[in-house]
Amino acid sequence: MSKKRIATVWLDGCSGCHMSFLDMDERLVELFQQADLVYSPLVDLKEFPEEVDITLVEGAVSSEEDLHKIRLVRERTKVLVSFGDCAVTGNVPSMRNPFGANATLQRAYLENVTLHPQVPREVIPPLLERVRPVHEVVKVDVFIPGCPPSADTIYQALRDLIEDRTPDMAQLTRFGA
Amino acid sequence: MTTDELRRMAENSTNGCSQKKHCLKVCVAAGCISAGSDRVLEALKSAIEERGLKDDCEVKGVGCLGLCTAGPLMVVEPEGVMYQGVTEADAPAIVKSLGEKPVERLLCPSDMSFFTKQVKIVLENSGEIDPESIEDYIARDGYVALARVLEEMTPQEVIDEITRSGLRGRGGAGYPTGLKWSTVAKAGGSRKFVICNADEGDPGAFMDRSVLESDPHRVLEGMAIAAYAVGATQGYLYVRAEYPLAVKRLRTAIRQAERMGLLGSNICNTTFSFHVDIRLGAGAFVCGEETALIASIEGKRGQPRPRPPYPAEYGLWGYPTLINNVETFANVPPIIRKGGDWFASIGTEKSKGTKVFALAGRVNNTGLIEVPMGITLREIIFDIGGGIPDGGKFKAVQTGGPSGGCVPEQYLDMPVDYESLAKVGSIMGSGGMIVMDETSCMVDVAKFFMDFCVTESCGKCVPCRVGTAQMYELLQRITSGRATLDDLALLEELCDMVKHTSLCGLGQTAPNPVLSTLQYFREEYLAHIVDKQCPAGVCSIR
Amino acid sequence: MDGPVRVKTLKIDDRDVSGREDETILQVARQNGIFIPTLCFLEGLTPIGACRLCLVEVKGVSRLLPACVTRVEEGMEVYTQTERLQKYRRMVLELLFSERNHICSVCVVNGHCELQSMAQILGMTHVSVPYRFPRLPVDASHERFVVDHNRCILCTRCVRVCDEIEGAHTWDVMGRGIDCRVITDLNQPWGESETCTTCGKCVNVCPTGALFEKGRPVSERMKRRRFLPYLTMMREERR
Repeated sequence: MSKKRIATVWLDGCSGCHMSFLDMDERLVELFQQADLVYSPLVDLKEFPEEVDITLVEGAVSSEEDLHKIRLVRERTKVLVSFGDCAVTGNVPSMRNPFGANATLQRAYLENVTLHPQVPREVIPPLLERVRPVHEVVKVDVFIPGCPPSADTIYQALRDLIEDRTPDMAQLTRFGA
Repeated sequence: MTTDELRRMAENSTNGCSQKKHCLKVCVAAGCISAGSDRVLEALKSAIEERGLKDDCEVKGVGCLGLCTAGPLMVVEPEGVMYQGVTEADAPAIVKSLGEKPVERLLCPSDMSFFTKQVKIVLENSGEIDPESIEDYIARDGYVALARVLEEMTPQEVIDEITRSGLRGRGGAGYPTGLKWSTVAKAGGSRKFVICNADEGDPGAFMDRSVLESDPHRVLEGMAIAAYAVGATQGYLYVRAEYPLAVKRLRTAIRQAERMGLLGSNICNTTFSFHVDIRLGAGAFVCGEETALIASIEGKRGQPRPRPPYPAEYGLWGYPTLINNVETFANVPPIIRKGGDWFASIGTEKSKGTKVFALAGRVNNTGLIEVPMGITLREIIFDIGGGIPDGGKFKAVQTGGPSGGCVPEQYLDMPVDYESLAKVGSIMGSGGMIVMDETSCMVDVAKFFMDFCVTESCGKCVPCRVGTAQMYELLQRITSGRATLDDLALLEELCDMVKHTSLCGLGQTAPNPVLSTLQYFREEYLAHIVDKQCPAGVCSIR
Repeated sequence: MDGPVRVKTLKIDDRDVSGREDETILQVARQNGIFIPTLCFLEGLTPIGACRLCLVEVKGVSRLLPACVTRVEEGMEVYTQTERLQKYRRMVLELLFSERNHICSVCVVNGHCELQSMAQILGMTHVSVPYRFPRLPVDASHERFVVDHNRCILCTRCVRVCDEIEGAHTWDVMGRGIDCRVITDLNQPWGESETCTTCGKCVNVCPTGALFEKGRPVSERMKRRRFLPYLTMMREERR
């Protein structure tokens, strides 16, 4: 059996899920005996590679860039995993949805700024009107709720996925866990 | 008041028209009034006055004449000449023509199949009598059934007669009326109630409204007979406040009937007493659901509760309660007068009698019609309705309002009865019938009814409260060209779930318009989703 | 009709059980350790059959029946865990989560919420219907309590406990359908309510973070939901 190619991506989230991922500690070494980490915010690679077996997506889809990225990721991934509450439900990033993107920018860049208040137009990708969970944008195969999912949960889920089993996530974790 | 006294009164008055040479009957039901028939009535009166014909002519307002699309309508008796689209300006010409040649340009051919194909039981007095005159009603055998029941029949005999007639609830579900009555009659308890459900709320439906506006006494008589049969002494008429004219005429009718001893205490000098009060609905569709209606009468929030227990056993304030719809009660007096067997001879094996429909939409003759059960949809739409206007092509007919479905062309020759309509994914419903041609987008139609259910859901149970809103959102996506095939699959899943898990009939039937259009017009959904096109050109797809 | 109460025998999930004729399927199931999920139901309050989680299948009955209000009958064969029921129950939860803004991670009752734990128990890992993200107010005008409409699931436990147990009827529901909302008095701010006795029963029976007490850390926001039966029992004994 060839080694599974695993990737992780980070959309609109706090990176807590990735921290929890790192919390697997020495079990990371064990997992990556059977798999390769081919792309991640934790490794230095610019382009999302082709033919990835499993991709963990942290974060909600909030900006044009997220949208572009997740579509590319979906195209190049066999098993797409919504990783953590932001990806699964929209979570904290989605709290701006009842107000809309403009109100959010106003509050963040104008109302609460004393020196040169201005909404950035360059460098930062334009926000979508609504933050959406990943599965509202592309098809998702496995959902791992949790804010963040514990290292044990991630380990168990990855173990199952690497060995071609469907993990029973409700047994391991819940929203907000 | 006894049967004999009623008969004598009837003979002496005979419609209040016989003493005079001419009788001009102007429709004063809501449809024609909105077209100005009340002004026509006044204009006719003054034209007659001007010509000094007051002793020879009588002008009276009567109930619905049926062909609402051609209103204001009027009839000149005894010739039976019918005029359509009458205005105030026509009054002098009409009065001048009395006894001579009728006014050609206003003639409405009363031999057209719109009139000849109908069979009138519930509407037998509509357009004949002044709805605000109890004498007119009595002149046409009114209250004879009630008097006979009180003088000659036991409650059980009344129930047997209704059972024999095969009458089924006209509110939509078609529950056997005789069975319902006998259940309430058998229920124990110190008090019982009779409720008339006049909370008609389907979009495009105006059957109950017309009956109440045209012949209110008939409903009161039906309720009193029911009260006698089940052992109730108090009745409530639950009418929606949006029907002010019906309410006004009902109030008048109740007052008149009480004054003549036909309602109230010791009716017809017997020990039987029955009081009727009106309760106004505050514009909630869900209050047509019987348990919600009861909650509303009790002064609570109009929300349904799980059944059983059914109102027949545990109804208004916990007492056994009979609830029937306006049209059901309106069928009762003729059944008693002419016998259950007579009624059972009309209609089909399982659906007896006639049904009143409000024919609307893309059809030439819109209006109120009464047809025998078992008539085909084709006869209704093409013979009575006069077909599709502007050379259009028939596409579907929607029956049963937001709880019903769309019946496509291939079932046009299907008989109209409870079972046949259910078999093709629609329901009889209370009698709304909306005809559609190829200018209608079926997804848009489904969305319209779903929007209605979203607004009218009471919010008590989760599937109806949130499920309808989600289905509407998905339909919105489809009609705006933003939907995927996954959305369609999700919509179908939601339909199934909401249908089977909702608390009351509103939620359980809310998916029907979607389900039936999906069944017969799936390609229209796919055109919106896959080709991003609306075949009827109704939806604006970005 | 005041004869002795009869006992009915029936089957729940192929197990032979018995119950008094005035007991519901839910009561008998719970006595026998058979789990039927509920949200609007709370022992001690009038059951209303609104959340539809407790729907069960009964052999020979085409409709699904809410276990919380359906009386047991002789010879009934009840099924509580069929695949169809589990699917519908998950969808009910998904609809509830999509209806308002349930952000568990920052909710005051994270970890003590019946909606949250029900999702886990029923194996709901995501919401397949679109989230609605409505804009809803938070009323913190009361000196001790807060109502956050973002977390309300309209179970009306607060309405019922206030009416049936406390007798104040401060709470009720206004609006229709998706616009329904619980209100205090005639939709006044809670702090200005003249009928509220500040007893806190509504807060304790609330299954989610919609009603909570001010000034307590999240870890202490355990709700005491089981006091009602004792309360009614004690009252009746005193009578």
